[in-house]
Amino acid sequence: MSGPYVPEIAIDRNGNEHIVQGWQGDFYGGKLGFWLFMFTEVLMFGAMFMALAYYNTLHPQDFLDASASLNRLLGGINTVVLLISALTMGLGLLNMRVGKVKEAKQMIWATIILATLFLVIKGFEWRAEYNHGIFLMHDQLLPESSLALGQKLFFGLYFTMTGLHGFHIIIGIGLMIWLLKRINAQKVTPDHHILYWNIALYWDIVHLIWVFVFPYYYMIGAGGATGGH
Amino acid sequence: MSKTYFDETHCAIGHPKSKFMQWMLTVDHKRIGIMYAAVMFFYFFIAVGTAFMMRLELLAPGGQFLDGDTFNQAFTLHGVIMIFLFIIPGVPAVLGNIVMPLMIGAKDVSFPRLNWFTFWLYVVGTFIALASLFTDAGFADTGWTFYAPYSINTSTNVIFTLVAAFVLGMASILTGLNFLVTIHRLRAPGMDFWKMPLFVWGIYATAWIQLLATPVVGITLILAIMEKYFGIGIFDPAKGGDPVLFEHLFWIYSHPAVYLMILPAFGIMSEIIPTFSRREVFGYRAIAISSASIAGIGYLVWGHHLYTSGMADTAKIIFSFLTFFVAIPTGIKFYDWVATMYKGKIILATPMLWALGTIITFTIGGLTGVTIAMIGVDIHLQDTYYTVAHFHYAMLGGVVFLFFAGLHYWFPLVTGKMYNEYHGKISFYLQFVGFNLLWFPMFIAGYYGMPRRYFDYLPEFQIYHQVSFLGAVIFITGLIYMFVVFYKGWTKGEPSGTNPWNATTLEWHLPTSPPPLENHSKVPYVDFNPYEYHHGQPVVKFDYKTMQRID
Ligand code: HEM
Ligand SMILES: [Cu+2]
Repeated sequence: MSGPYVPEIAIDRNGNEHIVQGWQGDFYGGKLGFWLFMFTEVLMFGAMFMALAYYNTLHPQDFLDASASLNRLLGGINTVVLLISALTMGLGLLNMRVGKVKEAKQMIWATIILATLFLVIKGFEWRAEYNHGIFLMHDQLLPESSLALGQKLFFGLYFTMTGLHGFHIIIGIGLMIWLLKRINAQKVTPDHHILYWNIALYWDIVHLIWVFVFPYYYMIGAGGATGGH
Repeated sequence: MSKTYFDETHCAIGHPKSKFMQWMLTVDHKRIGIMYAAVMFFYFFIAVGTAFMMRLELLAPGGQFLDGDTFNQAFTLHGVIMIFLFIIPGVPAVLGNIVMPLMIGAKDVSFPRLNWFTFWLYVVGTFIALASLFTDAGFADTGWTFYAPYSINTSTNVIFTLVAAFVLGMASILTGLNFLVTIHRLRAPGMDFWKMPLFVWGIYATAWIQLLATPVVGITLILAIMEKYFGIGIFDPAKGGDPVLFEHLFWIYSHPAVYLMILPAFGIMSEIIPTFSRREVFGYRAIAISSASIAGIGYLVWGHHLYTSGMADTAKIIFSFLTFFVAIPTGIKFYDWVATMYKGKIILATPMLWALGTIITFTIGGLTGVTIAMIGVDIHLQDTYYTVAHFHYAMLGGVVFLFFAGLHYWFPLVTGKMYNEYHGKISFYLQFVGFNLLWFPMFIAGYYGMPRRYFDYLPEFQIYHQVSFLGAVIFITGLIYMFVVFYKGWTKGEPSGTNPWNATTLEWHLPTSPPPLENHSKVPYVDFNPYEYHHGQPVVKFDYKTMQRID
């Protein structure tokens, strides 16, 4: 007996009717659920920031030195790229809500391109660091190298956190491509765009995390340093 | 229009014809709950078997048939299964899934497909957890706590277990999220938070813990994996890391996790006690709020696991006092339950027996917990059998006992049949006596210095281990007995009718038993409290055609 969903009615003792909230088409519930899920992301990165802050207090000078050697130019460009991508994502959602589906799709494409750009720049950065002997399981980060312990801790967490963040970007690109398919299939429409809404929220969290990653890794060593390599 | 599941199959994907596939793909919360139960109890018996092997080994001093390394793997396997595969999903995944939506008058959870996905994520997690049993390196030997740096350096296969714990944690987060949204969104009209049954309150508080604590341990396990396989320094002092940091991060989750186990179990107690005392629950709001405050304070006490690990004295004192505080809301609940029974018409059916038994065993478990929350005492008792006995009294004598109580209580709801009361009671007494014989002597042995996680011991401890072994035999007999009673009840039991216990909450006011796929055919308007009894009779009555009140 498949059919469109018709909400049920409950009747109280005075004969008044009350609509029963079903799980079907519960826009508010869908948003609430995704907000909660995003909160777990914040906690995951929060725990890593805690570890970072803790080791920072143990090795303040090593952390400044290590941070000073990061490439602030590329990191800064990436920050701008991500911020703009958050804007395009938001604009797309606004377009969708007022029924401009085509413009919304263009904005999603713009976001995908910016996200890819971010990854490319990140790749160049990691490559340069690799060439300087700084990479996971490589040269200076090996246990037997003479690099200061604090610096090793810093870089270990740096690669872990930026790596995990990059992984979120990749997932985000996948989600956006899926979203485009759903829009084309008319499954996501101006009247029913919870999926879009939640992916936009996801993208906001991803850029928000970066907004914390960037200063803590790149900027703490900026004072008095001469810039990146 | 969004897709609805208003058809016969209720499946996440397609419309399979075969009954088997209909179950595998089902989005129906009741079926998912039953499948959880099947998987979980399967693993539970493996863990009980492992525990029995350990008890057998401990029957006499010296090594008999398990050498030290195997014993290490045995208690790790036992702990990992019991904690991550059995008791953390535990009550929420089984009874929460089956009963909670019924109690609030919902047709399903808020995200039925996510629920289906979560179940299979859980199953995948259990496979990963046990896969390392069949690899060359062998199962982890770190204990279920994976303390660094040992877990980083051991040659056994820790990674599978860590990944599994992460995946299972993910499943736990998603369950919690689903329940939170369900409870916020899908309550029947008129049911505000103060009209929810207390089991729903328990699930609600639990869901917050699942959501807020699990990500932290998830990332901790990821960091440990990064350290072990990508060489970053984080917990291993040789690389500049701090092993105590691991302990902090681990217990920031794992202490709230013990409340995550017990709160829904307390919820079961709060259902059973009023129903079988035929009285309105005493202090409804106090019980509800104490669940929430246990969840809250439970976050701030993790440091009591680190008294011997190196921590500032000030921090120790603060953690010690905060730990005492948790006992207050817990105590409030116990007094409320006892006060509910006062002058009630108590009916000693099996669920009530389990609930009463738990009042005894959990009190022992809880009070011994307060003793080791004291810093000085804990320095002496940490890592002895006293602690092990404490948490078995709390988890087995608290959570698992109440879980069993709930299984009896809701058995007629799920199966539509009645188990045999007489045999149910026998199995209770066997398990109750067996359990106390099994774990009480260990308080004494631990107090005299029997360390935990040892396969060998001094001869003077033998008598305790012998009594304990006897207890294990009786307990496990009772356990098997109980499952036979369930099996017989399910296959041959008398039809129970929809409300065999004369209970008041909504899950007992369904059109049929077991409930149909869409649950309530009509949702009532809820303008009454969950446990309204007058002279031992339920106050609220419905016209089952329209679900309007007719009292
Ligand atoms: C059938 C009844 C049970 C028996 C006979 C039993 C027995 C044992 C034994 C002998 C140990 C090893 C103690 C040591 O050497 O340190 C142990 C550890 C443990 N048990 Fe149980 N147990 C039972 C049920 C449970 C249940 C129901 C749970 C939790 C839900 C549980 C959780 C644990 C945990 C977490 C450990 C610690 C493992 C570790 O040290 O890493 N047990 N149990
Ligand atoms: Cu604790």
